[in-house]
Amino acid sequence: MMEGTLLDAEMLTTLALTLKLATVTTVLLLVLGTPLAWWLSRGGGLWKEIVATLVSLPIVLPPTVLGFYLLIAMGPHSPLTDLLGVKLSFTFAGLVVGSVVYSLPFVVNPIRNAFAAMGPRPMEVAATLRASPLNAFFTVALPQATPGLITGAILGFAHTVGEFGVVLMIGGGIPGQTKVLSVTIFDYVETLEWDKAHVLAGGMLAMSFVVILAMMLIERRFGTGARR
Amino acid sequence: MISARFTGRQGEFTLDAAFDVPGQGVTALFGPSGCGKTTVLRCMAGLARLPGGHLTVNGVTWQEGRRITPPHRRAVGYVFQEASLFTHLSVHENLIYGLRRARGPLRISEAEVTQLLGIAPLLSRPTATLSGGERQRVAIGRALLSQPELLLMDEPLSALDRISRDEILPYLERLHASLQMPVILVSHDLSEVERLADTLVLMEAGRVRAAGPIAAMQADPNLPLIHRPDLAAVIEGVVVALDPAYGLSTLQVPGGRIVVPGNLGPIGTRRRLRVPATDVSLGRHAPSDTTILNALPALILGAEAAAGYQVTVRLALGASGEGASLLARVSRKSFDLLGFQPGEKVVARLKAMALSAPAQTGG
Repeated sequence: MMEGTLLDAEMLTTLALTLKLATVTTVLLLVLGTPLAWWLSRGGGLWKEIVATLVSLPIVLPPTVLGFYLLIAMGPHSPLTDLLGVKLSFTFAGLVVGSVVYSLPFVVNPIRNAFAAMGPRPMEVAATLRASPLNAFFTVALPQATPGLITGAILGFAHTVGEFGVVLMIGGGIPGQTKVLSVTIFDYVETLEWDKAHVLAGGMLAMSFVVILAMMLIERRFGTGARR
Repeated sequence: MISARFTGRQGEFTLDAAFDVPGQGVTALFGPSGCGKTTVLRCMAGLARLPGGHLTVNGVTWQEGRRITPPHRRAVGYVFQEASLFTHLSVHENLIYGLRRARGPLRISEAEVTQLLGIAPLLSRPTATLSGGERQRVAIGRALLSQPELLLMDEPLSALDRISRDEILPYLERLHASLQMPVILVSHDLSEVERLADTLVLMEAGRVRAAGPIAAMQADPNLPLIHRPDLAAVIEGVVVALDPAYGLSTLQVPGGRIVVPGNLGPIGTRRRLRVPATDVSLGRHAPSDTTILNALPALILGAEAAAGYQVTVRLALGASGEGASLLARVSRKSFDLLGFQPGEKVVARLKAMALSAPAQTGG
């Protein structure tokens, strides 16, 4: 393969770390974000709007702002560090925590919208057919929200792969531990290694294109099939 | 016996509805849009919760004040206005969703439901390709297969066009005839109620105005039904004779015999007739030379002024008024000319063709 000749050991380490981070983050986000999205999609109330706003903050906040607060929260002598007994800043675990916060809205919002679009009826039908709320959630709500779950997973993954500001603030750039793709590209540009920057940047561009195209196709397929 | 009472506020709307109806047959909750029928039905299913209320269905209490059994723990089937099939499941998977989760003895099998509702040809088709009527039939089958002790139907025909409605009504009538479980039907369409219901609960602005057997409710001079332009009497009878040469069936009804066009089924079949009040005329003697086939002795119970210079006459079939109730709407002029009085024996003439939309009923 052409890429074998293009990618050196450092790039491969970076790439592996980035994919690992994005995968772990996406799985965590699906597990945590789906119940949160469900809760947000059912009924109103000021409380829910406040939580929904907090969830959406990373969309508008500069990543450095988010990273700054996360750094303080995860640094030495913070309440979180005291609670956990370990310092999360400049570790892979810290990077995961930061990525989860940073990508939260990109996973929660599509899933929330899918749940909201479903309306209350399918769950009522399930209840009158003897399905307990939990059973109905797994056999009706989740399957009906599949397009939203797929969109959320793809967006969360892609967004985590592309993050820069937050990881730089809380992860630094320790090779093999916290040095992800975007930071590596930045380093290459800093050190005028344009060829290497081109390879990684071009790869990111291509991946992003494929991701968004895939998402559109999925939405079109489910959109025509399910909405009738 | 079904005993229900629901009181409480939902936004601007105040509901205070109470009724006791038989624990068998079809009970219609009837009233104008926005009178609270659907809310009552949702409370009966446990989908809506009004803390002031109680509900007992054939000895099982589902609500006592704030102690409310959640919907999935009630043996209740619910047919929504829109079929609301699960789009991620096949027709067959939809059908057995409740069956798989049902507890207790099997009252109705998948084969019975499939046959009763004519669903067999639909099983292999994707839900999205079903017509409105087909979808509603699957939804009814799905509700029945959850083995309910009470079937609730919220205007199951209102979202359908006329053709689908005519397609589905006979199935509902078959259900009525062959199922033992009580059915509560919400409807604002009187003709639907007249075809299906045994008991009528008349609702107005969140309250129950009256409840009772449908024939008695139709003929009650204190209820608004009697003033409707489409007033009719519902009479149940048994087929006692068939005349294939003339294409006629004879029904024995309480207090008389009525000849109806068409073959109404084998002798002994129970059928329900809807006799519009405008198709009944009155005389003092049996007609000797007329094309009208049905002339039945009846007793005048009373008369109410009706719109358009007409009079609604309440009658009971039989020489001494011991039979089914019948309603006649005649012009005020002829009523006054003939000088009819309550308590008087008359001959009611029914246009046979008016009886041509009979419905099968349970026996």
